Order: sequence, then C-alpha cells, then structure tokens
Amino acid sequence: MTGTMVIDKAAPTRKVKYGSISRDRTWALRWSYFFLTLFVIFSLVPPLYMLITSLKSSAEISAATNPWWVFHPTLSNYIELLTSNQFLTFFRNSALVSIFVVTITMLISVPAAFALARMRFWGSATLATGVFLTYLIPDTLLFLPLFKMFAAFGDLTGIQLINRWYVLLIVYPTLTVPFCTWIMIGYFASIPKELDEAAIIDGASWFQTLTRIFIPVALPGLIAATIFAFTVSWAQFLYPLVFTTSTDQLVLPVGIITSLIKGDVFNWGQIMTGALLGAAPPLIIYAFLMDYYIAGLTAGATKG
Amino acid sequence: MVDVVFQPSTVARAGSVRKRASLRTAMKRKSTAAFLMTLPLILLIAILVIYPAFYSLHLATLNKSMQRFVGFGNFEFLFRRETFWLVVKQSCIFAITAVVFKALIGFIVAHFVHNIPVKGQRKWRGMLLVPWVIPPAMSTLAWLWLFDPSYSAFNYTLSFFGVGPISWTGDPDWARFSVILVNIWYGAPFFMIMYLASLKSVPDQLYEAAAIDGANWWQRIWYVTLPMMRNIIAITTLFSLIVTFANFDIVRILTSGGPLDHTHIFATWAFRVGIEGSDIPLGASVSLFMFPILAVAAIFILRDITKRGNEA
Repeated sequence: MTGTMVIDKAAPTRKVKYGSISRDRTWALRWSYFFLTLFVIFSLVPPLYMLITSLKSSAEISAATNPWWVFHPTLSNYIELLTSNQFLTFFRNSALVSIFVVTITMLISVPAAFALARMRFWGSATLATGVFLTYLIPDTLLFLPLFKMFAAFGDLTGIQLINRWYVLLIVYPTLTVPFCTWIMIGYFASIPKELDEAAIIDGASWFQTLTRIFIPVALPGLIAATIFAFTVSWAQFLYPLVFTTSTDQLVLPVGIITSLIKGDVFNWGQIMTGALLGAAPPLIIYAFLMDYYIAGLTAGATKG
Repeated sequence: MVDVVFQPSTVARAGSVRKRASLRTAMKRKSTAAFLMTLPLILLIAILVIYPAFYSLHLATLNKSMQRFVGFGNFEFLFRRETFWLVVKQSCIFAITAVVFKALIGFIVAHFVHNIPVKGQRKWRGMLLVPWVIPPAMSTLAWLWLFDPSYSAFNYTLSFFGVGPISWTGDPDWARFSVILVNIWYGAPFFMIMYLASLKSVPDQLYEAAAIDGANWWQRIWYVTLPMMRNIIAITTLFSLIVTFANFDIVRILTSGGPLDHTHIFATWAFRVGIEGSDIPLGASVSLFMFPILAVAAIFILRDITKRGNEA
C-alpha cells in the first residue's frame, strides 16, 4: 500500500491525469525536454564537429586550440576539394552509380511488385516471402564469392568487371531491389481492387493499369522507395572497397578514405570537409522529404 | 552477367513492343504477363544472391589457390587459430551489447518524443534521426577524429574534469567500447522511429482503461505498451541483430580490427583474410559463420509472416 503511494507521487497517474493538468505533468514535460536535448546533443555532435573542423585551416588544427570552436574560419578546405579533379571524379562516380542504380531498381521492382500484389500466379506468395528473406542476406556474406565470380567472368569473356565503376551497377541492385519490391508490394496491395477492376472493364491492359492507376496512386510509396535506393547506393562502402581500386574508378566514401588519408598523415580539415560533402546529398534529401523517408523506413517493418 | 542485370530495361521496354507483336495473345494471359514482370527480379536474386551464397559454401572447401578440394580443412585451420575465437567472442559482444543498448535507448527516446506536444514532435524527431541518414562511412570518420589520440576533442573535454587522456582506439577495451558506442549512435534512431510509429498506433482507450483500473506508469508500460508493441520490438531487434552482426563499415574505419585483432568481427576479418590476405576460401569460411544467425532470424520471420497470413 505504501509502495504504491510512493510511486503515485513520482509519476503522473490517474488522480493527476484527471485532476487539473498539474505540476507533475509539467515536470514530466520538462524532464522529457531535458533528456531529449541530451540525446539530440549526442546525435548531432559528430556532424557538427565535421562542420567545425572543415572550417579550420591545418595550422589551426595542429595548434591544438579548443577543438569545439573555430577561431579563424576559412573556406580553403572547401575550395581545395571542389577544385580538385580527383574529388570531383569521386563525386561524379557516386552520382552516376546512384542514379543508374535507382533507375534499374525501379524498373525491376515496380513491375515485380505489381505482379506479386495483384496477379496471383503459381508460387507468387512464396516468391514474395523469398524476396524479403533475400533482403536479410548481408553484403558481407556475398562479397567474396561475388569477387571470385566477377574475376572468373573476366577471364572467361574478356569483359573486365573488377576495378570498373559500372560493376557497382550490377551488385547494388541486390541491396536495393528486395526491399523496394517489398515496400511496393505493401503500397500496391493497399490500393482498392475496384480501381483496377474499373480500369480493366474500360479495356485497359495490365501494362496500362500499372502506369495509369497503380503508379500515380502509389506515388508516395514510389518516392519512399526511390529515396531508399538512393541512400543505400550512395552510402554503400564494402562493395566499392572490394571491387574498385584505381582512383579514377572510386566512389565518394571509399575515395575519401583511401585518397585523403595518405599513410599516417591525416589531413583532418580536408577529410572532414570531404565527409561533410559526402553526407550532404542524403541529408538534403532528408531535410526536404523527411516524411517520405520515414514512411519508407517504417513501411518495411510494419508490413512485414 | 551484364546482360542479365540490364535485362530489366529491355523487359520494360519490350513490354510495349510485345503488345503490338504476335505474342499479344500470350501476354493477355495473366500468369504469363505476371511471370514476365517478375522475371528480372527472379534472375537478379538467383544469379547475384542465391548462387553466390551457395558458391561461398563451395569456396570454403577449397585450398588457398582454389585448385584443390580440402573438405573441412579451412574450418579445422580456423578452429585452431586463437584469432578466430577472439573474432567469435568479439562478434557476439559487439552485436548483443549494441543491439540491447540501441533497443533500450530507442525505446526511451521514443517515449520522450511521444510525451511532448504533437506540434513539436516533428522537429525533435528530425534532429534525432540525423545519425541514421548520414552514410556510416562518413560519420565514422567524424568519430575517428573525435577519438583522435593527440588532438581528441573528447580527451580535451575530459581533461577539464581531471580525467586523464584515454586511448580510445588504442587500448583493446576502450576500442571495443568505441566501436559499440558508434554503432549505438548510428542505430538507435532506427529503433526510435520504429517504436514511435508503433506507440502512435496504440489506442488511447487502452491507457484510459488502465488508468481507471488504477495502473501506475510502470504498469501501463508493462501491461499495455509492451504487449501492443511486442511484434514490432521482435522484428526490429531481429533485423538489427542481423545488420549489426554483419557490420563492416564502422569497425573497418574506426579500428581496422586493431589493436591486435581485438575488435575484429566476422565481416572485417573475412575482408582482412580474403581480400587483403588474398585467401578467398578462408575468408569465405569466416563469413559463413554469419549464416546461423541468419537462419534463426529467417525461421522467426517466416513464422511471423505465416501467422499474419492466417489472421488476415
């Protein structure tokens, strides 16, 4: 009895909740804000620290002044990187790979999701489950056999795949397609059947039902899937590290790590600038399309 | 291989061509059309996921030059090496600790966000999800710089409290702590967003009923929130366990497995052995040890899916 009394005082309970919106409620709110602030600081320290360091000259960094403050802000790191051919090559490679991968992913997963969501055929249920399971097979399990396969393919046909940026167009879809198909199945399945039945009655073919009805109606899902595919292909690190080595074939994450770190010399101002520029595209997309981003993130699990 | 992957574009384009062509009647049949639409997906998965997965089983039975069949020779070799057991231990410590803390922090933060007025939630959620958005390779570089032994921003800050310089990535125990911390930082927002979505789907009436029955906040969490969120907690944890177990970026960039192989996990060690040491079969054998956890997860998820299928 006394036990419950003590707990009652410590937290907003029945009496409090149905009384006035009282002191305890405001205190709970204040505590929430306090802890949220702590967690936000924890979340934002690394990106902010990137920004701080990127504005410092190497002299200021090696002088070991207060690391949390910029005394002589300079844009020299940005100018140096954005005028360096090497860095621009990394950026171009990354952009090319991501755009192509997003296109390939959509061309594969949208028709497949449509077929799996609407046209029941032999084995379609098993296939839908199988698609989700393949999403769970990690890249770290597949990179060695894939490396060997591409090397053997090069020996067999003379088409060199290893150390070419376009090899990434072949492997990245394995990371993006299963998940995109999975969330598109969810979005397509939620479209009322009457809609496509009406289209069929009006004489539309399956292809027309897909392009005229399903894609426009499920556009939010399509955007979420596109964002997911872009983020994954922009951030992927293991495959480019394994499959590409020459500096003109590297994508941004690998390029920054292998070219800006020379031996034991860490030019931290430039590394942080490169990292920030590399993180910028996903961050910008996130800033403008946060709701789609979150919808894509949660759709995978709530529908699975 | 190239042809296969570029197939999707040809199929999609061919869709319109084929309509006009003689295949028209075949296309009209639902199952043929459906099969053709899923064909690129099936080919992609078969050639670039299923085949390599089995191929790595085969690779694991070859010797270093990949010319001779050695059966379980690679595994016998691994079991005799001390580093291997270090990797097994570290993989388990890393994955379990990181997932537990990610789940806990995600749960707590989701409650705080849920607790504040709806108007401000978007802003806070937006800031809290930033770690998940930044490519992990990029953010780990920032952490590496925060942990830097001589100019470390953390050690600078700690020195004001009289705490001596900590060798964040140089000392085995601190290095383990560091990789786990970075993983928690990166992964906790994912849990937070998942839990927040499922918290919002718990009907208010349940809490009102619980309040009328005199439940305190702990009882409300234990008897209302947790049972309602059970599914999402299970699936998120399982999912995160797989991803964390197979993690590569963070450990590779932060410590490269050092000091003295103390922070190597399966993926980074497989890379070290297979690519840097150019012993692909041995590397494949190492990465195969990630398979059991996958199999267990697959069974649970399959069970969940079939169960839902029956309910629906």
